[in-house]
Amino acid sequence: MSFTPNIQAFCCHYTSQQSLAEGKEGLSQDGMPANVTINRMVCGGKLQVSSLLKAFEDGADGVYVVACPPDKCHNVKGSERAGKRTAAVKKALTELGVEAERVEMYHMERGLHPEFIVAAREMNKRITDLGPCPFNGGSK
Amino acid sequence: MIVAERKPADEVVAMVQDAKKILVLGCRGCVTVCSAGGEREVEIMASLIRLGLKKLGKKAKVIEGTLVRQCDKEYIDGIDQWKGKYDAIVSMACGVGVNFIANLRSKDRVFPALNTTFFGGSTDQGVWSEQCAGCGDCVLHLTGGLCPMARCAKSLMNGPCGGSVDGRCEIHQDVECIWQSIHDRLGRLDSQDSMNNIAPIRDWSHGGHGGPRTSQRDDLTV
Repeated sequence: MSFTPNIQAFCCHYTSQQSLAEGKEGLSQDGMPANVTINRMVCGGKLQVSSLLKAFEDGADGVYVVACPPDKCHNVKGSERAGKRTAAVKKALTELGVEAERVEMYHMERGLHPEFIVAAREMNKRITDLGPCPFNGGSK
Repeated sequence: MIVAERKPADEVVAMVQDAKKILVLGCRGCVTVCSAGGEREVEIMASLIRLGLKKLGKKAKVIEGTLVRQCDKEYIDGIDQWKGKYDAIVSMACGVGVNFIANLRSKDRVFPALNTTFFGGSTDQGVWSEQCAGCGDCVLHLTGGLCPMARCAKSLMNGPCGGSVDGRCEIHQDVECIWQSIHDRLGRLDSQDSMNNIAPIRDWSHGGHGGPRTSQRDDLTV
């Protein structure tokens, strides 16, 4: 049975600004999977644990965060905070018996670059292989 | 403050798996300060309960609320605002809050979402450490303000044991030997001679070994 995962990406404004400037069509031409929904944040530091959990509540099969390298955050600690909060969600998923790899943190340099697309494709493949999230009726 | 930490999500979900209407109830006291049971953590716990129940194929209405404190009767009465909207309360207060709800609301089912750990303070961002044992017979005037009851693994009263090495405790290298610190501090305060005084045998009747403790102030009781 074919399965197209619902993937939610939370992207720091600074990290993703140039990539997103291409627009949906441009990103698609670069190979961005259509089933990845981008949620923009003003900075990785704005990310809350509850936002990632809410994405799962709303039906996501996988969630990932894109922010700048930890030592290159425009707001100094934002990217580091995003990483820690993503790790907290990994721990919570494990507690609930759900694969921790359904949520991931990607740190990458700012600007238009292939890594932005690579991250999306990697998550798409990973979550497709895992199958539907157990919160959505998938089994683990 | 009273320091606490969230219980594993699956443990909390198991407690309420048969409930249909769940009130996740935070506390704006100590557990908000130690980021364990304030509004933000209530939001997270409510989400985790919804997800956990969903995974079990169960459904419940999960609502969120936060009281000023859960250790005073007048604030516990505030639960009335959610009357009829819950059949189980998940308290995100310390154990005192859970007990108060159980004491005062005979028909409400209440479950703890936190493990209450100790009386402590924040030594760094996101780091808390035990500072007081609540022993009921404070000796800090004898020890330069550093508590051997809470901070010595053996709660010794007359200096370090033989396991003190280079200022560290034998139970772990990360643990300071508080008696070494007391000695050093009394030295800096030019009070090291006070360490020659042998502490009398402690009266543990104030320490909780005689059953639950109460405190009553006649000047406040009307």
